[in-house]
Amino acid sequence: MGRRVLITGLSTFWGGRLAQALEADPDVDVIIGLDTREPRVKLERTEYVRSDENYSILSRIVKATGVDTIAHTFLVVDSTQMSSRAMHEINVIGTMNLFAAASAAGSTVRRVVVKSASLVYGSSPKDPYWFRETDRRVAAPRTRVERSLLEVESYVRDFARDNPHVCLSLLRFCNVVGPDIATPLLQALSLPFAPKVAGYDPRFQLIHEDDVVDAILFALDHEVPGIFNVAGDGQIPWSEMMAIVGKRGIPMPPFGIAAVTSPLRRLGLVDLAPELIELLKYGRGIDNRRFKDAGFEYRYTSAGALAAYVEAERLRRTVGDRDAGYRYEEDVEQFFRHSPAVLRDQRGE
Amino acid sequence: MAGHDEHPREPAPRRATTAEIVPFRLPPVADDPEPEGRRGDALPDPRTGDVDEWGRSERVRAIVRKAYDPMYRRWFRAEWEGLENVPTEGGALLVSNHAGAIPSDAPTIMHGIETELGRPVYGMADHFFKSTPVVGTLWSRGGGVVAHPDNAYRLLREQQQLALVFPEGSKGPGKTYNERYRLRRFGRGGFVEIAMRAGVPIIPIAVVGAEESMPILFKIPSLAKAIGAPYFPITANMAFGPLGALVHFPAKFKLRVLEPVTFDVEPDQPRYSRSRIMDESEAIRQQIQEALFDMLRQRRSVWFG
Repeated sequence: MGRRVLITGLSTFWGGRLAQALEADPDVDVIIGLDTREPRVKLERTEYVRSDENYSILSRIVKATGVDTIAHTFLVVDSTQMSSRAMHEINVIGTMNLFAAASAAGSTVRRVVVKSASLVYGSSPKDPYWFRETDRRVAAPRTRVERSLLEVESYVRDFARDNPHVCLSLLRFCNVVGPDIATPLLQALSLPFAPKVAGYDPRFQLIHEDDVVDAILFALDHEVPGIFNVAGDGQIPWSEMMAIVGKRGIPMPPFGIAAVTSPLRRLGLVDLAPELIELLKYGRGIDNRRFKDAGFEYRYTSAGALAAYVEAERLRRTVGDRDAGYRYEEDVEQFFRHSPAVLRDQRGE
Repeated sequence: MAGHDEHPREPAPRRATTAEIVPFRLPPVADDPEPEGRRGDALPDPRTGDVDEWGRSERVRAIVRKAYDPMYRRWFRAEWEGLENVPTEGGALLVSNHAGAIPSDAPTIMHGIETELGRPVYGMADHFFKSTPVVGTLWSRGGGVVAHPDNAYRLLREQQQLALVFPEGSKGPGKTYNERYRLRRFGRGGFVEIAMRAGVPIIPIAVVGAEESMPILFKIPSLAKAIGAPYFPITANMAFGPLGALVHFPAKFKLRVLEPVTFDVEPDQPRYSRSRIMDESEAIRQQIQEALFDMLRQRRSVWFG
């Protein structure tokens, strides 16, 4: 019997990417995707289940489908996407319910991969230049997305402690860049003038979006329990990143940045994530060697990931968005998956 | 959307780039040791600068060296003794006394060893530098690193570099002139523990001259608290106008490198004997203190040595 995988956040960038990659894997029998919204990428055999954002139906799904693997990608790490309350529902309450369902009596879940972010380490002048997985953060969390992720991780830790028979991998990704993803960092770099904090030039560590998907797949395929930092090699100063992308910086005052950014947000012009502003002062580095030692190979370094983004951005400037808008039509998807009229032997069933 | 299997996964050549040591002489950008894209090396390295993983830029460092050289040779007229005690390869932790409102000993030691031995020295200092705008960036580009045990371990153990620490911390430069050349407490001995864990020797250095280059007459604690600085000094140099506040007196610098101190312990232990650490720390403090007294006994003039 092949594997039965549950993906949370199917309609997020990561959920969609992951489902596409898993569909190509013949060892995976069943892929179930949970989300509040319809999938935004074309999927062949993934079963989409609509749920509310905190998955109250989750335990029923786990019981009914007998999934053995959960990929928890539905964690919001970009606070500009939604309100504080919505983020709390998705991140904290969602994770709580997910683990409650996965640890219920008779649960068939044996492997869980959680996509967290290096935001949990924070960013302060007292930080080590590379955080290791065992390091505690130095500064108290100041943004709500950080607090939210820390709460999520405490649920993850509790779950791992209570369920030693489950192989749980917690992956902490650094800032993601790439051709298709939208993040606060790339949004800042796509403004006419990139924001910077006067007098500071922090170093950033980046990871390519393909490496992120590969890392999650790696954790799903290999038995690698524990916490892992996932980040490309090397760190690049912000000034150099701006130069590579071809942007000039617009300096913000080193003190009282909020006085500058909050009017911009009110006017709806620029919404800089507070966690990004912290980063623009001190940056953050994470030690990626533990995941390398576990056998994962990165395809991109920090600089390489940024180069890939720049190339994609050049292409986009010329030809526009390549993605023809895919729209999820429930009837059509149901027809292809379940109608007796569809020939189903192409997958060797 | 770019498919996942567009780039077949090939065993790319593994390169230990993160931990690679930056070549000391100003490197051409093309030979930058920083890693580049690994997608079959299809993507050209986009990097335009040479800032390494410590935030140090050899280009900035070269400019700093050029600018500081007259200061080092003509102003302070630095004179070394026992420079052969600094290893020419392998990691070592340089430990020195610290003095002067704006300590001039750190740049002097860094500059001296870099020019005499051709090895980079990473100066480890309080995070106060990093949190100060402009200063923090320049400090970092010029070879400053936040004094964090993890950073020190990585520099010493994994990259076998020279790191410079001042165990007195800000208590050294923050003392007034009447307490000159009296070493403060050497922290909690963290530098000994790091050297043990990294398996590197400690090289004690005694510096004479920094105290007189910018003597503190008295301090204003309330002002220090207001700006978040470790101390706010009123220096004798301020008598020479606002610019004087930043310019050191031309005191004669003498630096004596003492015998390396090695510890007969296994590196990479999670914990070392606390009492041993404190004993070693105190012994090194004593050694530097004795060397300072000895050098002061021989010194005839603050300005001419």
